[in-house]
Amino acid sequence: MTASKTSTAPTGAPAASGYRSLSMPVRYLINAVLVVVFLVVGELMIDGGVVSRYQTGVIEQIGIYIILAVSLNIATGYLGQLPLGHAGFMSVGGYSCAIFIMRMMDTMGVTARDFATGTPAAALLFVLGIIFGGVCAALCGLIIGVPALRLKGDYLAIITLGFAEIIRVVMQNIDGVLGFTLTGGAKGLTGIPGYTNFLNTFIVVAISLFLIHTMMKSRHGRAVLSIRDNEIAAESCGVNTTYYKTLAFVASAFFAGVAGGLYAGCIGVMAPAKFGFMKSIEILVMVVLGGMGSMLGSVISATVLTILPEALRAVSDYRMVVYAIVLILVMIFRPEGLLGDYDFSMSRVIERIMNHGKRPEDFAPVAAVAEAATPAAASVAVPAAAPGKETGREANDHE
Amino acid sequence: MSSDETTKTEAVAENSAAAPAKRHRPVLVQMETPNLVPERELGKMPVLQAEHLGIDFGGLTAVDDFNIAMGRTEISGLIGPNGAGKTTIFNLLTNVYKPTRGTILLDGYDTAGKSVVEVNKMGIARTFQNIRLFNKMTVEENVLVGLGNSMSTHLFTDVFRLPKHWKQEAEFHDKAMDLLGIFNMQGLAHERAGNLPYGAQRRLEILRALATNPKVLLLDEPAAGMNPAETEELMENIEKIRDDFQIAILLIEHDMSFVMGICEVIGVLDYGRIIAKGTPEEIQNDPKVIEAYLGKQGVK
Repeated sequence: MTASKTSTAPTGAPAASGYRSLSMPVRYLINAVLVVVFLVVGELMIDGGVVSRYQTGVIEQIGIYIILAVSLNIATGYLGQLPLGHAGFMSVGGYSCAIFIMRMMDTMGVTARDFATGTPAAALLFVLGIIFGGVCAALCGLIIGVPALRLKGDYLAIITLGFAEIIRVVMQNIDGVLGFTLTGGAKGLTGIPGYTNFLNTFIVVAISLFLIHTMMKSRHGRAVLSIRDNEIAAESCGVNTTYYKTLAFVASAFFAGVAGGLYAGCIGVMAPAKFGFMKSIEILVMVVLGGMGSMLGSVISATVLTILPEALRAVSDYRMVVYAIVLILVMIFRPEGLLGDYDFSMSRVIERIMNHGKRPEDFAPVAAVAEAATPAAASVAVPAAAPGKETGREANDHE
Repeated sequence: MSSDETTKTEAVAENSAAAPAKRHRPVLVQMETPNLVPERELGKMPVLQAEHLGIDFGGLTAVDDFNIAMGRTEISGLIGPNGAGKTTIFNLLTNVYKPTRGTILLDGYDTAGKSVVEVNKMGIARTFQNIRLFNKMTVEENVLVGLGNSMSTHLFTDVFRLPKHWKQEAEFHDKAMDLLGIFNMQGLAHERAGNLPYGAQRRLEILRALATNPKVLLLDEPAAGMNPAETEELMENIEKIRDDFQIAILLIEHDMSFVMGICEVIGVLDYGRIIAKGTPEEIQNDPKVIEAYLGKQGVK
């Protein structure tokens, strides 16, 4: 439908204006194909034993951190607030997903081995668990967000930090209050089946990025962005700032919960101590380093910052020093983050290749109209690019 | 401002005869309150009505006893020296500030207790003295934020890209382009708003306000920073907007040729009080206005 719009550009420009653009279904198709190709290549490499178990684990962690960074990016980069409690939402999602799956395994007749072999029941349980984790985190986000979002800047940072600590302490002590074992207290929740693998991590990452992308490229996303750019003007344009702030915050918490669910299955043990203040900072660093408001930036920096500590294991005494130096250097030379707020679009690149050799001035007014016809899909490629990064990493890993 | 029979009939005759492009001087009529509206609005309910509006900041009375009644298609101006309270009045009308005294009726509905967003939805849109665009968003997106209230898709529809989403996006893309066409800005649709030149930013702010489908448009110094040619163009465009959209426009401006050229009714504000009201000619010859602007020696 958008394709037909493009051809009948309303400005009355001649159809032979020369600018060739991709129609919406083609854009989606290209990205879907890319996702599938990366998925198949990655899966084949793991099955073929090219990538070791350890490396697969690292790749899964990269995927988890990608979701975490991109979800925090909703609140920092897109909404323009600075919450410091992302690890709290992650732990809520992780615990609730893990507990849900462990309790439901008997009911649904799934054993721990089924997750490895991949029976339909296990897949269903995994999906339910992840969604349950996300919803629990989103509820926490709602409860925290409604009062916290009345504050701004430093105050919001401190209150979210406080809430994350409260969540951590609750996880640690709730067993004593309830009188039965739910979270396992300070020693942690053990015996979580390893339901996370490369395949489902990859799919969850792709879906999460797609959903975040589509949300931001819609009227809801525009409202959120307008609050970041100028809250007073947004209000005077009829943007219900309270609603959209809460929406962005809850969405951010939801995807953090999803990542937490994957994390629980990847690590196999949930301990409250893992979700302290430093974890939130770690995720925030990824977002800031990649560039606030850039999805690809978050993806790249999540990938790099997950690999860096692993790659530096050989010099483990100094690895935090190197980590810190990398951060300092980036902040000195690229204070706006690696990519600023640039976002990558596969379709845009392809369109540029299709129009190779023509200068944009030749069809400037028409190009504006033609591209504008498909604004929402302009950078649909981002989800595809993201997991692409992951598999790209994997290729490097085995060398 | 008494309205004798002869001028009235003359004005009516002029109204019907004059070509729409020509600017005509309306005859102002007194309402029961200390308000003036153009003759053609007589007998219709004013779209915006404020009575005895006032606000105190601590002990300071910023605005006092402000009255206005705006006809549905009226262009009015608010002038006054710096610090007279003009922008404060805009903030009162849009409920950014809560008035200490007085009432505001929009289309007959009281706006007391409504939030800024609700007032916007009721039909008051505004621009800002210091431009407040969404700088990192594109020109088209800026307009689309304004159009956002007319969009109806649910979050679910948008996130999962259901057919309705595409239909709506295409429809509102066209609407945004039509709006940008008012100022011939379609070619800039994909520029970042923050990168636009000053005059274009002002124009974009007007379009964004217009996108919210207002009944009353408040323009805070729309011609600031524009050169004479641009100002002339803006005057024509503002009248065009009024005629096309059938809305009332209230503007604050320091450029006197702009105000005198476009406004049907002008109110002069000094120290938070309206000191004079009338047609541009009346205002130009009002000793109180000259005094407010130039001081007592100016009056001979």
